[in-house]
Amino acid sequence: MALAGLFLISFLVVHLSINLLLLFDDSRELFNIAAHFMGTNPVIQVFQIVLFGGIILHILLGIILQIQNWLARPTRYKVEGYSHTSFFSKFMIHTGAVILAFLVIHLFNFFFKAKFGELETVMIGNDSYEDMGILVIEKFKEFPYVIMYVVWLLFLGFHLDHAFHSALQSLGLNHSKYTPVAFGISRALAILIAGGFILIPVVIYITQ
Amino acid sequence: MNLTLKIWRQKNATSKGRFVTYKVNDISTSSSFLEMMDVLNESLVMKGEDPVAFDHDCREGICGACSMYINGHPHGPDKAVTTCQLHMRKFSDGETIVIEPWRARPFPVLKDLIVDRSAFDKIIQAGGYISVNTGGIPDANAIPIPKVKADLSMDAAACIGCGACVAACKNASAMLFVSAKVSQFALLPQGRIEAAERVQAMVAEMDKQGFGNCTNTGACEAECPKEISISNIARMNREFLSAKVCAPKVKEMNEGGG
Repeated sequence: MALAGLFLISFLVVHLSINLLLLFDDSRELFNIAAHFMGTNPVIQVFQIVLFGGIILHILLGIILQIQNWLARPTRYKVEGYSHTSFFSKFMIHTGAVILAFLVIHLFNFFFKAKFGELETVMIGNDSYEDMGILVIEKFKEFPYVIMYVVWLLFLGFHLDHAFHSALQSLGLNHSKYTPVAFGISRALAILIAGGFILIPVVIYITQ
Repeated sequence: MNLTLKIWRQKNATSKGRFVTYKVNDISTSSSFLEMMDVLNESLVMKGEDPVAFDHDCREGICGACSMYINGHPHGPDKAVTTCQLHMRKFSDGETIVIEPWRARPFPVLKDLIVDRSAFDKIIQAGGYISVNTGGIPDANAIPIPKVKADLSMDAAACIGCGACVAACKNASAMLFVSAKVSQFALLPQGRIEAAERVQAMVAEMDKQGFGNCTNTGACEAECPKEISISNIARMNREFLSAKVCAPKVKEMNEGGG
């Protein structure tokens, strides 16, 4: 669970870095070259399979753990506990379920189109590239999609708030000096990743 | 002070329980929660009714017997105390207090507020000890131990095994209890000898008993009457992972000879 989660965080960082290229380059050239690289490089293709494996593993383990946890308390309390703990840590299965539902839509919106569909092509230098950028920009001109993505990414942020430090704790990597730092990194990752991704549809909608 | 109590009443392990409402009057704010329960029970006995069964023993916060889930908190709203140390001044006059037993599959209700916590005993039996030969008392300073490690071990050993961690955890996980028991030995040289075997055996028994999994929410740490830290859980995870990865198979270890 923890290892798959950490791997998925590393994927999100790469994904976000490439997507942000769209905001810093109006010609979309940088983004299209990066998307082309991610779509064709053989090493990346292998990691794509590893990534899907990681996602499936993370989901399956999450569901198995949750079922075991529900079974461990067959009778619920009349007055539910409200201990002073991190709020989002109690709702990982719920935020996870929302993320998964939107992930399916997201894959249909972009990944499957890029992988199996026909995209327009653009010339960069002497080479022809698929115009992934225009696909993204066209999508985010539609207001309902922008709202959907903002909501989805907020849930991703909530999920990430209890991710990095929790994974370290599960792996037994705690230390009186570094564990407080890990909490800070966790919160920063949640804000930066969710915030960074949210910026993309919002900026595209406003500027286009 | 006058209070309304909603208490879980259950005749025995097999019967279906329900909440019963009682009124108690003229409770001293200086009395403890268990003394308030005694007042209630005396009035029930006078009326010829069955008193509310609850676990208690030392009444000074060190035995871990008392086990009430009070208004959504194990051992009530006060921090770092057991139910016997909880003063009635922590409640307000006219308040309604809901009292439930610990809720977890490995802790079945025996009667009213008493649950069977022998699942914890099974975990201890699986490895929560060190094997030593009997004989003369060893010299206290024969093995030098860093102060910081001795303190951490002592902090872990403060666990009274009351089960509040299981009761507080949304997953009914026993990780804080087991990790405290693993840590108190793992931190000391005497405990290191059997550390790899111990952590694997105790975790296996914990899973077998049907406790939930740890999702690092930290509710156990917040509710523990002895303020056991979840850094013990990380230590147990570390011990467990390294034992699984590095230690020889348990069968080979028992055969000896290396």
